Amino acid sequence: MRPMSSPSLAALFLSLAALAGPAQAADQVVKIGASLSMTGAAAVYGATQKNGITLAVEDVNRSGMLPGVKLEAVVEDDGSSKEQAISVYQRFINQYKVAAIIGPTLSTMATAADPIAQMQHVPVVAVSNTAPTGITDIGDYVWRVSLTEKQVIPGAMKTAQAKLGFKTAGVLYGNDDVFTKAGWDVMKATLEQLGIKVLGTQTFAKMDRDFNPQLTSLLGQKPDVLVISALAENAASIVPQARQLGWKGPILGGNGFNSPSFIKNAGPSAEGVLVGTSWNSASADPVNEKFKAAMAARGFTADQFAAQAYTGVLVIAEAIKQQGGKAGREDVKAGLAKVKDLPTPLGKFSFLPNRDGQHEPAVQIVKDGKFQILH
Amino acid sequence: MTQQLLNGVFRGSIYALFALGYTLVFGILDILNLAHQAVFMLAAFVALALISALHLNLALASLLAVVAAGLIGVALERTAFRPLRGRADSRVSSLISSIAAATILESIALGVWGPDVTRFPLGVLPAPGQEVGIPSIQLVTIGVSIAMTALLTWMLQATRLGRQIRATAENPTAARVLGVNVDRAIAASFFISSALGGVGGVLFGLAFNASPDMGRSVQLKGLAVIVLGGMGSVPGAVLAGYALGLIEVFTVAQIGSSWSDAASFAVLFLVLLVRPRGLFGRSAARLA
Repeated sequence: MRPMSSPSLAALFLSLAALAGPAQAADQVVKIGASLSMTGAAAVYGATQKNGITLAVEDVNRSGMLPGVKLEAVVEDDGSSKEQAISVYQRFINQYKVAAIIGPTLSTMATAADPIAQMQHVPVVAVSNTAPTGITDIGDYVWRVSLTEKQVIPGAMKTAQAKLGFKTAGVLYGNDDVFTKAGWDVMKATLEQLGIKVLGTQTFAKMDRDFNPQLTSLLGQKPDVLVISALAENAASIVPQARQLGWKGPILGGNGFNSPSFIKNAGPSAEGVLVGTSWNSASADPVNEKFKAAMAARGFTADQFAAQAYTGVLVIAEAIKQQGGKAGREDVKAGLAKVKDLPTPLGKFSFLPNRDGQHEPAVQIVKDGKFQILH
Repeated sequence: MTQQLLNGVFRGSIYALFALGYTLVFGILDILNLAHQAVFMLAAFVALALISALHLNLALASLLAVVAAGLIGVALERTAFRPLRGRADSRVSSLISSIAAATILESIALGVWGPDVTRFPLGVLPAPGQEVGIPSIQLVTIGVSIAMTALLTWMLQATRLGRQIRATAENPTAARVLGVNVDRAIAASFFISSALGGVGGVLFGLAFNASPDMGRSVQLKGLAVIVLGGMGSVPGAVLAGYALGLIEVFTVAQIGSSWSDAASFAVLFLVLLVRPRGLFGRSAARLA
């Protein structure tokens, strides 16, 4: 056999390329940057967020929801630091030319990095920032999937009251922290709205360890429920001290309680504590069931942060779909505004006019050392 | 009301235990040992480690932790204070050196146990609910603080070591002339001071969990207590400790928790205004 001449070799390759060509040429790769805290203080959230994003990208690509478009997630570590989040954003925008950015994990990093995306007109979808103000206020390119305290607490309190029927409350909150103070403001408004009488209000500072005087005073007024706005660390001291003083009634906590470390440190005292949550893990909604099954199949733990991250990708995909498959930065931004009643693991999802997310929150109760949904 | 009284005496007991060690070192060396809070914190972690890793029982682990705290105190004296003694500016440099020691000890705790709150294993203390109402740790703490005060008073008044410590506090040169081993007396008072801080730390850790920054919340109150009681005075530190604890708790109960610190520091301010040397302080004339 004579050796193949190089022109015929080229012809062979050309014909091969032509065969594979049509499918590939049409598939436009759309990059989504995800700036997550994989190391540092918020590392525990970043890992589960990455799982949610990876799964969502695969699901969207396989579902045929976006014909001719292939999503690709670029995940980078923001190190739980503002400086690193900023450099990750710059890489996403200038080097990877992403269509949209998901993240960063914490509100603090969002306030530092999101303005850069806003300036360069790159849409950002926040999936875990819960500070009520200062996130979507950054500008019209910043959107948010995660619910704020303001959205979670009233729903949680209403559901809890419907189940437990409390009429009077004793309140304890940290008055030297923006987050716990903001939580208290929302709680106070909701208590008033529900007609629950506040018998006593006590405060503490982050450095405090001994809450016995405040709790003795509150319990002496015999409220039906204890309402507490505290960071997880303080909460893990407050709850056991209340139980030790003989309190057997319900305790309703703010979002600060929403951490496994709270249950770990409060131990058996945490049993029966109620906390609002953005993700109803027990929802029988088919999208949620499918999400949980897929996570379990990969050996990932499904939690609120994974569900929110998954929803973040879904929302961006929906935006591209709304724009007829166009995935430029301006297209994604315009498409996000059209997202309405999108079925997600969080429930039917829409954006409010101020670009904050909206869906039904749920209430969880600590039972057998785990957060479980209160039915 | 009974519970609040107990809360107040309990909090006062922690302050008193902390301030006793503070005031002892101040009385003898005229320096503030700002590393005292770090020893307080380390004692809690040592007890915690002994219980969770070696499964020692609470009493034995606490005892060992208190001895460890005393030894840390002696080590501190050798490394952070003794080299500076006798220098012209030794008071200021000792103060700074004690801050450095505190930072080092805190960093060690951060490295070993991490920044989070660590709880003593369950079952070490009676589980909540078994004794309704009065938390037993409160009663234990109050009892221990009274016993420690009595022990320290007896030791200072009736034993040879106590007399040597008092002589050194009065006048180191004269004590040395009289044959007192001043270095040994100082090391002994550091051991006692730190061990007392350790007792406070273990009890505090049992009641409120341990964290590397737990000492800081007590440090400022401890300072207020020794100023209130009179710098260097043992009965002053104890009484001022109880007074501050009770004032804080009753401010919370009667006026509101936001006023608690304001009330205690207002009392401190008033005492300083009316009686600058504190309730039991030595007069300035005698110090000179």
